[in-house]
Parts: sequence; C-alpha cells; structure tokens
Amino acid sequence: MTSAPDLAIEAHGLVKHFKETRAVDGIDLAVPTGSVYGVLGPNGAGKTTAVRMLTTLLRPDAGTARVLGHDVLTQADAVRSLVGLTGQFASVDEDLTGAENLVVIARLYGFTTLAAKRRARDLMEAFGIAEAANRPVKTYSGGMHRRIDLAASLVMSPRVLFLDEPTTGLDPRSRNQVWDIVRVLVADGATVLLTTQYLEEADQLADRIAVIDHGKVIAEGTATELKRSVGEGSVTLRLAASSDRGRAAEIVERVLGAEVVLAPDPYAFSARVPDDGADLAAQVLPALADAGIAVPEFTLGQPSLDEVFLALTGQPVDDGDGSGAGGAGGPTGPTEDDGSSAPGGETTRRARRAERGDMNRTSNGEVA
Amino acid sequence: MAATQTEVITTPEAQVLRAAIAIDQRPARPSPLANTFTFAWRALLKIKHVPEQLFDVTLTPIIFTLMFTYLFGGAIAGDPQTYLQYLLPGILVQTVLIITVYTGFTLNTDITKGVFDRFRSLPIWRPAPIVGALLGDTVRYTIASAITVGLGLAIGFRPAGGVVGVLLAVALLLVFAFAISWIFTILGLVMRTPNAVMGVSMLVLMPLTFASNIFVDPETMPSGLKAWAEINPVSHLATAVRALMAGTATFDQIGWVLLASVALTAVFAPITMHLYRTRN
Repeated sequence: MTSAPDLAIEAHGLVKHFKETRAVDGIDLAVPTGSVYGVLGPNGAGKTTAVRMLTTLLRPDAGTARVLGHDVLTQADAVRSLVGLTGQFASVDEDLTGAENLVVIARLYGFTTLAAKRRARDLMEAFGIAEAANRPVKTYSGGMHRRIDLAASLVMSPRVLFLDEPTTGLDPRSRNQVWDIVRVLVADGATVLLTTQYLEEADQLADRIAVIDHGKVIAEGTATELKRSVGEGSVTLRLAASSDRGRAAEIVERVLGAEVVLAPDPYAFSARVPDDGADLAAQVLPALADAGIAVPEFTLGQPSLDEVFLALTGQPVDDGDGSGAGGAGGPTGPTEDDGSSAPGGETTRRARRAERGDMNRTSNGEVA
Repeated sequence: MAATQTEVITTPEAQVLRAAIAIDQRPARPSPLANTFTFAWRALLKIKHVPEQLFDVTLTPIIFTLMFTYLFGGAIAGDPQTYLQYLLPGILVQTVLIITVYTGFTLNTDITKGVFDRFRSLPIWRPAPIVGALLGDTVRYTIASAITVGLGLAIGFRPAGGVVGVLLAVALLLVFAFAISWIFTILGLVMRTPNAVMGVSMLVLMPLTFASNIFVDPETMPSGLKAWAEINPVSHLATAVRALMAGTATFDQIGWVLLASVALTAVFAPITMHLYRTRN
C-alpha cells in the first residue's frame, strides 16, 4: 500500500505489548495533511503508546506506520527531522533556564549559537514567556511549563506535531492559548495529532477524531459523524416536578420507542431519538402536555461526545465535567409552566436558561 | 470552526506566533561531534545551575584523604606521612570512580523527567546524548582530581614522578573512568528510579574499591580476598596511577589499564546503545 501524499500519518495494524498488557492492539490511522486529528480516549487507552510508536520512540511489535511517507522503523531519522513532539514523556530540563533549553535543542538541529539564541528569544516572546527566559524551568507555572514544552517542539518548525494531552491540568486560559497555537500551526499547513481525554477539546479542535479504548480504535470520523453514529440526536427534558419523572419517562419511551436515560438530577432525563425519528421528537411535548406534565426545559440536539463515548464503550468518560447525558443542570428550575409547552416555546426557554447562566452542554444543541 | 480559525489567525498575537514558528532557513544537519559537544555543554550548564552536585565531588576526596591518612597512617605504615605516599594515588582512584556513578544517576533522571525522550525524538547522532554526558562528566572528574592532588600536596604528598607523572596519572584515570561509566549508563537505562541506580551502583563499587590495593597491600589479606584484590581491575588501575606518580611506571602497568578500558568500552558501550535504541 503506497502512501498517498495527502496523508501525513498513516498506520496499519499497530500493536504494542507490555508484558501481559496489549497497550496498543491493532490501530489503524489515516491523518490528512494539514488537519488536526484528535485521538480521544480515557487514561490507559493506549494513546501515549501509539504516539510514541509514531514518533519513533517505541518499536511496534507488529504493524506499520508512515509519517509524511517515511516509515517509522526503516526511515526513523527522516521521520525525526519532520516531527515535533510534546507530552508528559517529552519534556524540557527543569534545571536549565527556558532559554537554555531552547538553545540546546536549536544547537542540536544545527543552528549556530547566535541563530539558536535568536530562535529561543523569538519563540519565547511569541509564547509570552520572554520575561521568564532566564529562570530555571522548575520555577515556571503549569501553563508556562506547557508553553516552553510546546516551544521546544517547534524549534525546527515541524511539519507534523504530536501533542500528547497538551492541555491536561491547565487552567482555561492556558488551555485556550494552547488551542490558538494549534490553530495557527494548522493554518500554516502543518498537521497536528493530539491526544486528549477531553471530549470538548476534540470537538473544538479536531477535524477528525479517533476514539480509542483498550488499545483499539472503536470509532473514527468527524465530530458530527461520530455524534450521528449514535443516532439522529437526543432529547433532553427537565421537568417542573421531580415526582412527574417516572410518568414522563414512560410517555417519552412510548412516543420515541427508545430507552430513557435518567439523569443524576432528579428533574431531568434524556432519550435518544431513533433514526428518522425527527417527527417523533416533535410529538414528545404535546404528549406530555396532554398528560398534564409541565416541561420547563426541552432540548433536541445532536448527542454530545460524552454520549457518543458512553454509547461506544458502555462507560462514561470521567472528564470531571459532569455527565453530558444528564441534560439540563442547575439546582432549581422554574416551576411555573402549563400546557402551553409546545415545540415553539423552545426559543424562549433557551433564553431563560441563558439568563440563569446555565452552562450545560445541552446549550450546544440545535433547535429542531 | 473555519470561522474561528480565521478569527484566531488575524489577531496580532497569532501573527507574532506565525512569524516566530516559521523559519527562513533550515540549518544543515550538524556533525556527530557537534551534537556530542552540545550535550557536553548541557552537562556543564547543569553543573552551573545545580552546583550542589559538586559537593560530593569536592568534599568526598577531602574527607577521605584526611580521614584515612590520619586514622590508619600510624597503624599501617608507622606514620601518616609514609602512608600518604601510598594512599593518595589510591584515594584519587576511589574518588573518581565513585563520581562515575552520577553518570547513570543523571541519565536516569533525564529518563524519568521526560527530557531523554525529547532528545531521542530529535534527528541527531544517536550516541550523542550519552557520549556528550560522559564528556561533561570528565569535567567533574578533573575537578575532583585537582582537589585530591592539591590537598595531598598540601599535607605532604611528594610524587617523585613530578608534574608530568601526576598529569599522566590523572589522564589515565580519566580514560578508565570514561570506560567504566558505560556500566553505569546501562544501570541508568535499566533501573526504574535514579535512587535505585545510585544504590546498585554503590553496591558494585564497594567491593571494587575497598577490596583492592587502594588502602592496604593485599599481602596481609586472607587468601580469598587477596586473590580477588590482585585480579581486581581497580588494583591494577591504582598500581598504574601510583607508578606514574612515582615515576616508575612500566609499559605493562599502563598497557593493562588501557586494555581494560578498551575492553570495558567494547563490551558495555554497545549494550548501552542497544538499550538506548530499543528502550520502551
């Protein structure tokens, strides 16, 4: 199989065992040049092992991989000259200053001492850490540390950048900075493969996503495709009274013909809309209104990636961000409502939720 | 998402980023030697930033020389001055050998901190990180040697071989130290933590340095120990160093140490590089 020039990374049947564990158990990847590719999976799914094989740090037990057409085993050196790498396992020297770290790397690439110093200064200025250039890296904050790590992997302006969990443990502002850097790189024609445990990150950044679990790719596609693969979408409801939930759930199950997922919030539940079931979803609110059940909140939208992951693996992703399947959050909801709950009322309800500052994921949902 | 990307790219910050990341000219690939020297320079930077690592290097020889000279001198040789002439070259050997342990310790620290994999992902001459680190370490060995010999001279060590003899002795010792370091690079690559490297390395070094002719002539030892002390390569090294300093070195004495150094490197350097390349 020849590598098409439009693929920056392609892997076929990559396998890596560590003693008894099959850390990577036959992974295929095809990453188009100039795109952001997200590799999404929980801790221990095999993401880091896969990245280490693609960056020549680890020899696969089986399978092949090419980066920009170069085999990672037989043309490892060519691969190394084209890729940049940042992760928990590829860091900088904490004893040295930020500038010294970058100069060492630039010198190793063949920059003259003068050019290496200039390169270090330019990168640190662009990354907003110029004032810390002459401090040992061990004095850096988490966000600064991540930026010097990133700068270190960009010294030679790589054509393919591998980022292993680039934003894990970062505050939102630092995270946004990392995202901006990724976007700029890709806009200039580089390819970025990033691993993440955060569904939101993959959703925000990645053009395509591979979901990995237990060393295998269990789903692949754009965020939209992945969501669609789970179903047309889902409805999420939040009731005025928690005592109505059992009855309401029965009605929704009957209307949609799909199983209901009860949220931790006793007022809320959600259900997948079956394929071609858009018409059915429109019947949910009138049916509930007929039964006299008040529904202050109703959203119909694509499933979140949380739901995708849940559907694919049978386990939720622990991303510390609440359950996406849970529907509308908030400790209290408006209690007044009446039979006027019709699909047309959705817009006003969404507006009301916005007023309450409800940041729940369902606000991504599109109105049917 | 296309919209957000355009937005990001036109901000002034993004312009700066783009300008910084782009490079006008890709430099030519440097020679293996240039790569090696960069790593040696890095080792020196680490000494600059963590001068504590020189404590051992400076204090160990001072304490050992003073303590053994005055503790055992009278008992072993009748008086400390006489013993010093025998002991000092040996203490020098022991001091430098103990410092070689740091080679493995530093390498292992780089691995556990993730610095090592960064280097392994670069398009550089593969042995450069290790050879460069070993070169940087010779600076430490030289400092320790200077301190030991300087202190010895101050308290009455009088080498008959003169300046040339002492310099040759130190040079021979550095060659051997470089060669034996490959054992510790293996430990550095194999062990899980820097402290484990330290522990095991000391376990290796103790019988090598103490059960030798560094402190006493093996003649007085029980036969088993004596047999070991006589074949112990460290004894041969100490004998050669002593002889160079005394100006009585023979071709055999020096040749043996050089041969041992070549053998150590020939066996352990390839093992190190194999482990380095295939490390998981």
